[in-house]
Amino acid sequence: MTRNTELANLLVVGLITGIGFASVYMARQAEISAGSLSYAVLFLGFYLVAHLVARVTVPYADPHLLPMAALLTAIGLTLIYRLNPDDAFRQGLWVVVGVVAFSATLLLLRHDYRGLESYKYLFGIGALALLALPAVPIVGKTVNGARLWVDLGPVQFQPGEFAKLALIVFLAGYLREKREVLAQGRPKDLGPLLVIWGGAMLVLVQTNDLGSALLYFGIFLGMLYVATGRLTYVAGGTALFIGGALALYQVVPRVQERVTAWLDPWSDPDQSGYQIIQSLYSIANGGFWGTGLGRGTFTQTDGSELIPYAKSDFIYSTIAQELGLVGAAALLLLYMLIVVRGFRTALLADDGFSKLLAAGLTFGFAIQTFIILGGIVRLIPLTGITLPFVSYGGSSLVANFVLLAGLLLVSNRANALARAPR
Amino acid sequence: MNRQISRLAVFAVTLVIGLVVTTTYWQTWAAPGLADRQDNAIERVAEFTIERGRILAADGTVLARNRTKRVGGKTFYFRRYPQGRTFSHVVGYSTQGRSRAGLERSLNDYLTASNANLTTVLERTLDQIRGTTIQGNDVFLTLSTEGQRVAQNALGTLCGAVAALDPQTGKVLVLASSPSYDPNLIEERFAQAQRAPNAACTQPAAPLLNRAVNGLYTPGSTFKVVTAAAALDQGKFFLSSTFDDPGYCTEYGKRVFNYSDQGTPSGYGRVTLLQAIESSINSVFCNIGIEIGAGAILEYARRFGFYSKPPLELPAEERLASGLYKGGRPWFPEDMNDIDPGRLAFGQERLQVTPLQMAMVAGAIANDGILVRPQLVERVVSPQGRIVTTPATDELGRPISRQAADAITQGMIAAVRGGTSTAAQIVGIEVAGKTGTAEIGRDVNTTSFIAFAPAENPRVAIAVFLEEQDGVGGTTAAPIAKLVMEALLRDAGA
Repeated sequence: MTRNTELANLLVVGLITGIGFASVYMARQAEISAGSLSYAVLFLGFYLVAHLVARVTVPYADPHLLPMAALLTAIGLTLIYRLNPDDAFRQGLWVVVGVVAFSATLLLLRHDYRGLESYKYLFGIGALALLALPAVPIVGKTVNGARLWVDLGPVQFQPGEFAKLALIVFLAGYLREKREVLAQGRPKDLGPLLVIWGGAMLVLVQTNDLGSALLYFGIFLGMLYVATGRLTYVAGGTALFIGGALALYQVVPRVQERVTAWLDPWSDPDQSGYQIIQSLYSIANGGFWGTGLGRGTFTQTDGSELIPYAKSDFIYSTIAQELGLVGAAALLLLYMLIVVRGFRTALLADDGFSKLLAAGLTFGFAIQTFIILGGIVRLIPLTGITLPFVSYGGSSLVANFVLLAGLLLVSNRANALARAPR
Repeated sequence: MNRQISRLAVFAVTLVIGLVVTTTYWQTWAAPGLADRQDNAIERVAEFTIERGRILAADGTVLARNRTKRVGGKTFYFRRYPQGRTFSHVVGYSTQGRSRAGLERSLNDYLTASNANLTTVLERTLDQIRGTTIQGNDVFLTLSTEGQRVAQNALGTLCGAVAALDPQTGKVLVLASSPSYDPNLIEERFAQAQRAPNAACTQPAAPLLNRAVNGLYTPGSTFKVVTAAAALDQGKFFLSSTFDDPGYCTEYGKRVFNYSDQGTPSGYGRVTLLQAIESSINSVFCNIGIEIGAGAILEYARRFGFYSKPPLELPAEERLASGLYKGGRPWFPEDMNDIDPGRLAFGQERLQVTPLQMAMVAGAIANDGILVRPQLVERVVSPQGRIVTTPATDELGRPISRQAADAITQGMIAAVRGGTSTAAQIVGIEVAGKTGTAEIGRDVNTTSFIAFAPAENPRVAIAVFLEEQDGVGGTTAAPIAKLVMEALLRDAGA
């Protein structure tokens, strides 16, 4: 049975996590307590809860998605644990919140998630509102030059991560309804799309969050293509994007800085090029086999950090150093498999909304991964967004759990229909 | 819609493949280049996780050892130099902020066990896989602890250098430079290390400069040894050749006077070449120079090692070649008419030498005319106690015949017995030596002395150079040479 496969896979993931934590512990015994090893056990426990909820709510859903997401989280958690056990504990708490959000999503929408379609405009406006939230004076907060945090006393979160999901739901609903007319190329139907999209862009530029702007743009174009099948839209959108990017390059110094740092990081190695240079040194240092967990070099001899944001934006650089090409390639393969399973779900779904939703969620996941990792390996200019499931950070983790729940819901329905006698 | 979904999936997978390809590029193809970059802090930090090998003097005195420090779960090995200022120029330093200098720099591969020898590479790789600390090789030097101490003490606050070696093996026994610095201060108190407030020279004291191999001096009369070598080896002159010394020599119609009787042409009269060496008579060498020509003198200088950096284990950046200098660079004139053979013959002109080079000249005379490669490394020993390398004695060539070397030795013995160099006499041991005094300014001399002992079976060849002296070589440099030679011969005898 499908869910037993999932359980078996999760147990394997639990074993891998245990081995990972044990390796870190062995390499760094002097610094970390044996008690922290229990995080690995707790972690498996959380995922077993998620599994049980899935067993009840989405019995026919793809059995590989949850374990693969769990493995990603495990890799991230292991590296965070290696960098700072206390952070791993906090990240573990976020996994709990994530599992709760995951379970809540599944429970709420277990009968028919397609009802969401009726609220598509609410989701569209909601996405904009969430995006605009950090720009609101009192609650908004600027971190590292980008204003994308909301500070509500005890809780700080990045609403952008959730705006992404809302935007996908909106696009899935809207495009399902308008795809025929859009496919015929009636420009006036593009109106609401351009309004929502333009609003999103405006907010993002205003908050200086270039990575997310690129992400939303990619999701938008990808879903538009799936809905209409017209490459002219993609070409037009890309042209629009390039035009916008060039305009931004002229007026926003931050963009110029990023592009220069991308083309020639060594032109300013101590300032704008610093992050990417340190990241590349870290990756290169790992070589083929890596230094081994707990044995990489992330600090100066005086204990100060070498790689900035090692646990969040640059976690891939640390993975590449300690696990080498072998580990980095395995991680990328995992992302690829999740993407493939996601698109497979979209293919199997039998209605337009489900297809668009699954394709949108999957593509958003893929393109987010590409934007951050492409920046880290200097394939594209560097923009600070999180690596799904791996980076340290609560909002990102919780949002990705919800995204996973969405895919499972679509997958469950598609598989259930395929099994049911007609 | 399925066609579009499939295409989008292919696109997304292509993006991920792009990431795999790029990561592979950085971790394989580009990795060595990135690792070699100077600003690669990860590589630099990693170097301090290697338990660097020690540096020891010939008698086992530790010159450089490690001090461990644990930071963020890693053990780092930082350097301590127990002998402080005594060996600083040779040993150098290994720091994070100021990189490396001296043997710490040039022998880095041995000290970090990354020398390309199959066994050591294998051991290193195994260490890496096991995650154990990589241990470097210990390097034993040829330097004599006692000799080095005596030399550094004798130099005291004076600015100058002493280089001494075993003429038969080329083992460098002393390489002292003054003012010296404390290598333990380099990392954190660099400005302090750079200062030498007590130094007795008005030129920038530059304590970091290794004057013995990286300092240039006008050799003055010590260079007469090279001129004599050329004259005797060519067979044009003999020790018994006679000259008339009017107290000056006439060049281009101008008189060049002997040193001691400046302005007063009271010559020695009729003298032999032996007497000219003994009493350092400028006019004689001036005439020899005119007779054999500047080209011949420079050719012999080249045979003694001039015009190339002495092949010592120190970093190339810390060694200088001796020879004529023009515009700050060694200059071998194509047209010998450009230089003055008479002044060249007694070590003036634009001649610049390092103390080590002059010790090599003395060594070649001492070693029957054979020049051997100077060496600082006695042996390299792996952490397991296996000998990684023991550099053998290398002959660099034979600048002059045995007969010529013997003749010059006689002249130098005479100089110590009763000539300009009596201050270098050692009880019970025959010393051969030659002084040098080069006027740099009014009453400001660069003084020097080269010597070897015992004259009949030389164990030590030495060169001493001092800056900004008001005395002459025989009264300033010779006594220092005597002290150091005594110490070294005591050391060798014991």
